[in-house]
Amino acid sequence: MRSAPIAELQGVSRLYGSVLALHAVSLQVHAGETVVLLGPNGSGKTTLLKVLAGVVAPTAGTGHVLGRDLREPRNGGPGGLGLLAAESYLYDDLTARENLAFALTIAGRKPLPATLGSLLESVGLAAHGNERVRRFSSGMRRRLALARVLSLDPRLLLLDEPYNSLDVEAADLVDNAVRRVTASGGASVLATHDAARAIPLADRIARMDAGRLTGIEQVNNNGCDKLLDRASSGRSS
Amino acid sequence: MVVTSSWTEQALAVLRKDILVEARNRTSVNAMIFFAATMLLIFSFALGPNPDRLKAAAGGLLWLAFVFAGLLAFGRTYQLELENNAWEGVLLIARHRSAIYLGKVLGAAAVIYAVEIVVVPLMAILYNLGLGSNLPALILVTILGTLGYAAIGALYGALTLSLRAREILLPLLLLPVVVPLLLAAVEATNAVFTGSGGDIHLWLEVLAAFDIIFLTIGLLTFEYAVGE
Repeated sequence: MRSAPIAELQGVSRLYGSVLALHAVSLQVHAGETVVLLGPNGSGKTTLLKVLAGVVAPTAGTGHVLGRDLREPRNGGPGGLGLLAAESYLYDDLTARENLAFALTIAGRKPLPATLGSLLESVGLAAHGNERVRRFSSGMRRRLALARVLSLDPRLLLLDEPYNSLDVEAADLVDNAVRRVTASGGASVLATHDAARAIPLADRIARMDAGRLTGIEQVNNNGCDKLLDRASSGRSS
Repeated sequence: MVVTSSWTEQALAVLRKDILVEARNRTSVNAMIFFAATMLLIFSFALGPNPDRLKAAAGGLLWLAFVFAGLLAFGRTYQLELENNAWEGVLLIARHRSAIYLGKVLGAAAVIYAVEIVVVPLMAILYNLGLGSNLPALILVTILGTLGYAAIGALYGALTLSLRAREILLPLLLLPVVVPLLLAAVEATNAVFTGSGGDIHLWLEVLAAFDIIFLTIGLLTFEYAVGE
């Protein structure tokens, strides 16, 4: 029998003005699983991640994420949640080290030098810790944003197009982070266009279109190749 | 083992971050000083060389300069949060949003204080104000007045952050609320310049009361002000 879900949405909709970005989406995310969201641009993947993160409140429907009611305002720290958004959330005029120290402190943790050092090392930026982010390439920013998210030990890792701007080595860092979170009893939800990269990580694949969840498929090792074939040929089920 | 940071450390982290970013840019402080200095210079010519007239107008003009510098500071303190959507990231992980608010208040106040450090001596020269023994009282007035102004400005800056016409709405919403505080600050400053020591204590008490009220309102309501 499965444990209680880490995240649960029931009939969640989200309106931006007159645009319906999410329409009656119901989804459960359980501990130890990775859910990959696939869908074209504007299908509602980012909005779904932001609703799960509590950044965007649902217009209709109910939901709980890590025990928090999504209709209540966020306060009290990250609460086990980590969002790697399309935007980096970094300050360009601070150094990489200062960015991490700031994030840790306001999240309620002391930024110990050893912690900062190992975080920077884990994303391959140990030599760039004292450089301002303004001088970073987009790939380096993405690495630092990942370190910022992982610094808070998330139980639910939400990733929006995590492979954008990343080389193969850095993309492996993302994959390893996802595996680490799920292996430690957490869960990950990953929205991407890079199906070939994400499907091997997936336990389930949720397909979205025009704000609706059009299907959820369970992935097993045998079916993985078929799914990859379908994804690469552009067909959706 | 996770070592936790205190509420005060969280507020100071925001203050430190805002000062670092401002110090590395220096664009807005320079612009504020230039604006305030130009304004005071123009008025000193407009009012003429009469020392009594200059002294009578000095308090009001000084605070007019601080008000405009503050409007730039409040806009700027949140403008930098829009870069890379950093504000969303802050709200997502902040342990105590009230600590974020206090950090923003202190950060904005620090920027205005930096302007004041340059502008007050400049005004003393242009308006022939012998500060001398009145300087400690003037420092106290500016500290209290600026803190209260920043307390409400940081709250309204956050309120208008997500609005498209925030540059227009911020002064429209903020200025009517701070008028009582500014009147007290102007009266206190005039009392310093004219040497009527008895009134200063009264106005300082009024300013301190405004500071406490505005800070309390901000600390209690900021969480809701920045909610979606």
